[in-house]
Amino acid sequence: MGCAKRIIPCLDVTDGRVVKGVNFLELRDAGDPVEIAQRYNEQGADELTFLDITASSDNRDLILHIIERVAEQVFIPLTVGGGVRKVEDVRRLLNAGADKISINTTAVLNPQVVEDAASRFGSQCIVVAIDAKKVDNQPFEWEVFTHGGRNPTGLDAVKWAEKMVSLGAGELLVTSMDRDGTKIGFNNPLNKAISDAVAVPLIASGGVGNLQHLVEGVTLGGADAVLAASIFHYGEFTVQQAKAYMRQHGIEVR
Amino acid sequence: MSRLQVAVIDYGMGNLRSVANAFKAVAPDIAIAVTSDPAVIADAERVVFPGQGAMPDCIRELDARNLRQAVMAATSTKPFLGICIGLQMLFEHSEEGDVSGLGVYPGEVKRFPVDRMIDAQGGKMKVPHMGWSQVHQTHAHEMWAGIPDQSRFYYVHSYYVAPTEGALTAATTAYPFDYTCAIARDNVFAVQFHPEKSAEAGLQLLRNFVNWKP
Repeated sequence: MGCAKRIIPCLDVTDGRVVKGVNFLELRDAGDPVEIAQRYNEQGADELTFLDITASSDNRDLILHIIERVAEQVFIPLTVGGGVRKVEDVRRLLNAGADKISINTTAVLNPQVVEDAASRFGSQCIVVAIDAKKVDNQPFEWEVFTHGGRNPTGLDAVKWAEKMVSLGAGELLVTSMDRDGTKIGFNNPLNKAISDAVAVPLIASGGVGNLQHLVEGVTLGGADAVLAASIFHYGEFTVQQAKAYMRQHGIEVR
Repeated sequence: MSRLQVAVIDYGMGNLRSVANAFKAVAPDIAIAVTSDPAVIADAERVVFPGQGAMPDCIRELDARNLRQAVMAATSTKPFLGICIGLQMLFEHSEEGDVSGLGVYPGEVKRFPVDRMIDAQGGKMKVPHMGWSQVHQTHAHEMWAGIPDQSRFYYVHSYYVAPTEGALTAATTAYPFDYTCAIARDNVFAVQFHPEKSAEAGLQLLRNFVNWKP
């Protein structure tokens, strides 16, 4: 009874291509975006997230074509993040067929964008992505970082999450920068602290290495959805296997 | 212009492309358009009334485009599918912004009450209700053809409809209490979830709408 916990494969996009690579090195074409999206859809993915990692702003519009093509053929929610700077960027991504837009660095640099976008398009389509790292030089435990984890902000991740929700974020995507790419599991204490502090759904991200980590993201971290990239992209597990495992462990899945 | 089979009413609230895309996927040969022209809506064979965002904004934008009359006429004359706020607006009043709806049916649109959002394990349930929940079909209907009872559909909403008349309800969802997630009366069918984002079950519902002869 209630709402199934969601499994969300995350696809990296650069210069209009879906790519996969190890720690952003040696990016290789992962294949046709529509085919990849369809494959995950057929496996039972509950949502798809596209993360634009394009370095040059010149080529950032290229993701619009990918979203347009995927939205014509894949009928599950599509979230797009990366490089969203203005309300106008949100509008164009929504018009291309995205259902939700994830705002990360811009939320820190210019929180007004979150408020304006939520009031114009509705909270249901505004996700705030929070990259957090455990720190020992602050009066709090987890600090918000921007620019892919390079720049500290001095902000307490839990307080920041509350503020973003008060400005209109309808969902939070929380990535542990300590865990990202490590395959040792989500930062569940971080996720739990944020999930308990806010009313909106939380997507856990960063650190998944096996299916038990997905279970723990829900049971220990209080996540409403779990996002993973590499375990799905490299064929280690299918979304079906992930769901079967979660179901065996008493978690409601679709 | 030849007669549209499906008119998706555009009143400036949200992206309607996904609704049109989904219809094109299930009925590639259909004449479908996203439109804000009352004459086109009046002439169309079937009407889809979507909605996203906040209900006060939806009502305001609907009136700003002089579309209230076209919507009201469609609810009494032709196959009509309301989606999300397109369901909520059919009722008399919403707690969201304390606004009046179109009043096609008696009832209230209510916010999920914080004190009741507790799951069976005592955990907090999130608002908005975002994700895939089971739809319990409370009575048979052509729109449910080929869709197993308790199929999951995709939701994103913080308010739900409470019809005064129980007989209006065509399905319920538990989150965590049972509420009306679909209504049916004569030529009108309206749902809280998003069929255009609900994978195969949702596409089947849209397919059924195209073929529905109320």
